[in-house]
Amino acid sequence: MSVYKLEYKQYTGPFTPGWSRFLVLTRYAFRGVFRSRWTVALFVIAALPALVFGALIYLRYNATFLDTFGLRISDFVPIDATFFQTYLGVQVGWCWILAAIIGPGLVSPDLANGGLPLYFCRPFSRAEYVIGKGSVLFFLLSAITWIPGLILIFLQTAYGGMGWLLDNLNIPFALVVSSMLWILALTLLALALSAWVKWRMVAGALVFIIVVVLSSFGGMINLLLGTYWGSLIDMPTMNAVVMHYLFQHEQLPGTVPMPAALVSLAVLLLCSLWLLNRRVQAYEVVR
Amino acid sequence: MEPIIELESLSLNFGKLQVLKELNGALAGRAFGLLGPNGAGKSTLLRTLMGFHKPTSGTARVFGKDIRTHAKTNRQDIGFMPENDAFIADMSAIRFVRMLAELSGMPPRMALEKAHEALHFVGLGEARYRKLGEYSLGMKQKAKLAQALVHGPRLLILDEPTNGLDPPARSSMLKLIREIRDSNKVHVIISSHLLADVEEVCEEVVILKEGRLVVYCNLEQERRANRKFLEMETRGQRQDEFVEKIRELGVEVAQVGRRVIKMVLPENVAIRDLYSLASDREVQIRRLDYKRDSLQDIFLKAMETDNLQKLESSLEEREYVSVQA
Repeated sequence: MSVYKLEYKQYTGPFTPGWSRFLVLTRYAFRGVFRSRWTVALFVIAALPALVFGALIYLRYNATFLDTFGLRISDFVPIDATFFQTYLGVQVGWCWILAAIIGPGLVSPDLANGGLPLYFCRPFSRAEYVIGKGSVLFFLLSAITWIPGLILIFLQTAYGGMGWLLDNLNIPFALVVSSMLWILALTLLALALSAWVKWRMVAGALVFIIVVVLSSFGGMINLLLGTYWGSLIDMPTMNAVVMHYLFQHEQLPGTVPMPAALVSLAVLLLCSLWLLNRRVQAYEVVR
Repeated sequence: MEPIIELESLSLNFGKLQVLKELNGALAGRAFGLLGPNGAGKSTLLRTLMGFHKPTSGTARVFGKDIRTHAKTNRQDIGFMPENDAFIADMSAIRFVRMLAELSGMPPRMALEKAHEALHFVGLGEARYRKLGEYSLGMKQKAKLAQALVHGPRLLILDEPTNGLDPPARSSMLKLIREIRDSNKVHVIISSHLLADVEEVCEEVVILKEGRLVVYCNLEQERRANRKFLEMETRGQRQDEFVEKIRELGVEVAQVGRRVIKMVLPENVAIRDLYSLASDREVQIRRLDYKRDSLQDIFLKAMETDNLQKLESSLEEREYVSVQA
């Protein structure tokens, strides 16, 4: 139809199912995230450790390589819980960097431009908004933590046999649960800070600052008071405690007990949710 | 006609502040205007209808569906154009409208097609690939209208659609709203404090004051009735007596301030009778005009009336339908 003949016409076609609509936000946000070359570069770099760890597994079972360097299989890095814990320990750092860079750009532009009423005036809830935005970080961080981790386990099983997997069934469990916990904590923290300060750069800086400053402050408390309870405000340490327990079935020496670490992370999650609940609204009521 | 919106003792409190007070009524026309001074509760009422605020007591229904229990499904039928700046700066208009269409449940390909249509319809066809952050205020308003229309709502809620627009942009926006109204496919609610805009576009008007619904007026009926009023400006000590004597002639009289009298003359009363009464009481008639009762008059009267019952009775005299508050 010619443009000049256009008139208002109602849509009468089919609608997509309500449960899938949060993925619309995720899809559009992904495009925004990968428009930046720096983010793409960073994401690629963050995926490299998985390749390195994969190469280690491959080389361990490569007879030619071992012969060339006169190595025995027992000289090489053992592929056990510690191996995968180390891998995840490296990726946890990358998760933090990516969350600080990508997370704040998800909510703050909507708040700064008053865009939230446009989302919520549709059959779309606040929870779906948070899930839709959070899914961006969830998928990205999953792609550098537990997904390649499971591929590494698959690779090791292919070389080491099913016996290895049956002897180490706790490893995939620990890998997935530890990753999920850390991803959830970082995602909600990044979204909450982004919703709180509105400015993208400041929110990004805050994700760094909160983690670094609280860690340092916790360390100072430990040092001054001769205790380890100061670590309760140290997010990376709390995550390390939980991760160590899940991989090694033992308490990480010199830190708080595992249940206390879990409670500390749960408090962080609840605080982030509370902040999101306050800020992610169509209209804020000023009483 | 089936009511579009039904209000049933709808009240809303923000903390201790009562923002909407026991609103009752039913609206069933094609285009309604929601008028009231700043802080009257216009935007709050619209947001409550959208389900953004939960009523403290009472309820409302949109197309027969309760806002307390069906807020989300109601929003499928509603297109909303918010008052303030609301956009995503880093997006082109086409991507912005398409994304919001998809969030309303349209499949991606159809959403793209409808986004193109909506942007052409509002006059942004040529600028649809530009980023919203680069748009002028008038263009942003049109983009907001496009996103409100794109999913084919049955009810379009426009909160101050002409806010901040220059005269050509305002006129273009009002033309669009009239076109939408005349399509007969969608009902329109306009909240505004610009009476001329509402008068130009709406058939029915609801006036809110301090959270109360004080007047309902059918402008279309008023226009059809084409009732003319005589407006008289006078000076003199015995004005009250003069007004009383006019009333005794069977004339409907309303005093606007100390010196202005408005009246509807019955056929048996001539203007010379008024001059004669004025002369007897040494009242000077300085000005005499025939006027139609404008929306402004109705609005000002509603604002000036402290006692709602007094207002209702005066409105009943003028054959307006009053809404019980």
